[in-house]
Amino acid sequence: MTQPSLWRVLEPKWRTAVQRIREERSRGGSGKLVVLLVVALGFWAGVFGILYKILGVLRGVEDVGPLLAGKILGVALLTFVGILVLSNVITALSSFFLAKDLDLLVSAPVDWLRLYLAKLGETLLHSSWMVALMAVPVFAAYGVVFRGGPLFVPYAVMTLFPLLVVPAAAGSALTLVLVNVFPARRTRDLLSIVALGAGAGLILLFRLIRPERLASPEGFRNLLDFIAVLRTPTSPFLPSEWATRAIMTFLRGELDPLPLVLLWTTAAGTVTIGAMLHRALFAPGFTKAQEGAERFVRGAWWRWTVGTLLRFLPVAKREFVIKDIKLFFRDTTQWSQLILLAVLVVVYLFNIMALPLHRGEQVGFFYVTLVSFLNLGLAGFVLAAIAARFIFPAVSLEGRHMWLLRSSPLDLKALLWSKYWVGTVPLLVLALLLTGLTNVLLQVRPFMMIMGMLTIGGLTFAIAALALGFGALYPQFETENAAQIPTSFGGLVYMMATIALLGAVLRTLWTAVYAYVRAVYEGQPVVVDAWMISWFAVAAVLCAAATALPLWVGLRRMERFEF
Amino acid sequence: MIRLENLTKHYGSFVAVDDVSLEVSRGVLYGFLGPNGAGKTTTLRMIAGILRPTDGRVLLGGDDVHRNPIPAKQRLGFIPDRPFVYDKLTGAEFLRFVAALYGQEGETVDRRVAELLEVFELASWKDELVEAYSHGMRQKLIISSALIHRPEYIVVDEPMVGLDPKAARQLKDIFRQFVRRGGTVLMSTHTLEVAEAMCDRVAIIQHGRIVAEGTVDDLRRQHRAGDASLEELFLKLTGGAQVRELAEVLGAAP
Repeated sequence: MTQPSLWRVLEPKWRTAVQRIREERSRGGSGKLVVLLVVALGFWAGVFGILYKILGVLRGVEDVGPLLAGKILGVALLTFVGILVLSNVITALSSFFLAKDLDLLVSAPVDWLRLYLAKLGETLLHSSWMVALMAVPVFAAYGVVFRGGPLFVPYAVMTLFPLLVVPAAAGSALTLVLVNVFPARRTRDLLSIVALGAGAGLILLFRLIRPERLASPEGFRNLLDFIAVLRTPTSPFLPSEWATRAIMTFLRGELDPLPLVLLWTTAAGTVTIGAMLHRALFAPGFTKAQEGAERFVRGAWWRWTVGTLLRFLPVAKREFVIKDIKLFFRDTTQWSQLILLAVLVVVYLFNIMALPLHRGEQVGFFYVTLVSFLNLGLAGFVLAAIAARFIFPAVSLEGRHMWLLRSSPLDLKALLWSKYWVGTVPLLVLALLLTGLTNVLLQVRPFMMIMGMLTIGGLTFAIAALALGFGALYPQFETENAAQIPTSFGGLVYMMATIALLGAVLRTLWTAVYAYVRAVYEGQPVVVDAWMISWFAVAAVLCAAATALPLWVGLRRMERFEF
Repeated sequence: MIRLENLTKHYGSFVAVDDVSLEVSRGVLYGFLGPNGAGKTTTLRMIAGILRPTDGRVLLGGDDVHRNPIPAKQRLGFIPDRPFVYDKLTGAEFLRFVAALYGQEGETVDRRVAELLEVFELASWKDELVEAYSHGMRQKLIISSALIHRPEYIVVDEPMVGLDPKAARQLKDIFRQFVRRGGTVLMSTHTLEVAEAMCDRVAIIQHGRIVAEGTVDDLRRQHRAGDASLEELFLKLTGGAQVRELAEVLGAAP
């Protein structure tokens, strides 16, 4: 029997993607496209600009400069490969074992190789597009600064492509083996914990060894030692190292085909081994993937604790809150991200501790106050990112259950209320801890402590409301994976709105803080007068408006939802 | 009483439900029939308050579902065609959650949960997460959830899909008892034998409009169909020619 072409196997996915773009366009999505393009171009320009400056300086430094540039590229590509392996392992689990089209493909007379290549291609595309886009400004900066010429473009593509294929094939193979050991749904739980645990561990390790100390010249005995370190490859067996060598030798004008040959043959070899493993292990793995992650659960704990604490609430609201908490903690893919969050908070506080601020009395006070003030913006941004991950998807995740919620007498206000507080309370605790501890570490004066705590409190209410409101305005009812929802267009608009709010509130408060700093610096008494209070009031009004308005808009939008 | 007045629903230029009016009295099991895409599910979702009508209104016991939703929905139990339930709740937790949405809790609810799970043979699964349930078990759970708050009206979309013969029989008995005690059931179904055997009255909808309404005997008289079965009547009213064409196509296959 003639086998369908690979294109035919991939066609449904491609057509779905095209249709989605068409629907977006017919819904007036051109505005979205423009915003996305502007943000992407802005991001690219930023990365390119920074690298261009750094590489420009390095290029001027004889001997050491190009070596350092190569080292930077090596670290960047190694990071890319690390991200790609983790992302491919998780994506392969969905595309090879949990995707909705698998029943159709497996029951159709499609041979194993076509199925493998189609699913590998899907995995590669889903997990690598972001890294590929990120690589564009990086390679562009190297090409421009080291004058790679027009041939550098196809050469860079030829280098990058196998570098994306190797982790995709290796990650898919690893997933295949894991699924044969554990059921797919358990593997997903396991992988999300392992991946995040590994990521978090790496971040912690990297930060705790304090890499900034390596930049101090006293760390090296002489220049030759330094050059020797730079010349040593990170690891001669890593594909990222071959890619670095391929790029840097091309930019130096030398001809060395070995790195490219190594990259391409390794990619071909990994795909071949992956295909062989697929042939042997896919069928038993796929069968195993159909097993549910059955678990015997007794949920009395939440009823005793949260249920008792919230006794004062009407039963519908109380049970809704308990339901949301149960769903969160029973879904490993949701709570496992808290590991990463905890590590980021530790790193954040460690960074504040590592700041050399308390060396001179007067300068110390100025910088301490400045850092404490700017820390509000940074903490606000961290909170916004957390809200994007945990609060923004809240409405979208109810999509499939709206039949129940809309046909019951539950007031939509009660639904929104529950979602808001379930998200806001932990966010507020984190916000106050982050700001309070930072201010204690910085040894700020009571004025900044009180101002900081009140501001971050107000900002938290607004950030949570913005997340929920934008989540309702741009719902993603089709997406089952909560982690994908914040990366949608709505998530982007939410982040932009939150950054604008942070900017506006901090700008408003700066006038008051500046007056305070000047008074202390000049030895004058700090007077909280009407003028200063008026600035605080403006900031409070901004926060209140950014809380009430998104919730109101979100509620109106939810009333118009149709399922 | 369930009352639809000039109910209309547009999706852009497409008219899914076109000026539908009907009345389902207390103690009546009403069948809502029609081919795929005729507008049955859209109508039922408007009755349940999930979709907003473009025009017209839905009254449940005198309360407009969209203008005065809380008292109207308080009396309603809705069973959708697709059993989407929270995967990470257990069956018992899901039922207690639904009861809470209707403002009910405590021992009465716990007893009712146990009763319903027993009736639908889910008692041994009550502490299992719903993600481990089969399609039929989910359907049984959703039916239980529609009954948990003792509604006056049940609106049900394709109730027999996914049920095993025993559960299907139980459901028929439950519906019959429910209407005998004064409840009202509005049921859409493709299983015409079930509709013929169970329903007191039926309405047939096609292209969003009601093309026939009454008891099965009324329909036979109106359309001079002698002692034709409901299936034959249905095919006559909704395009039996297509069925014949389909038979020819299947017959022509090698």
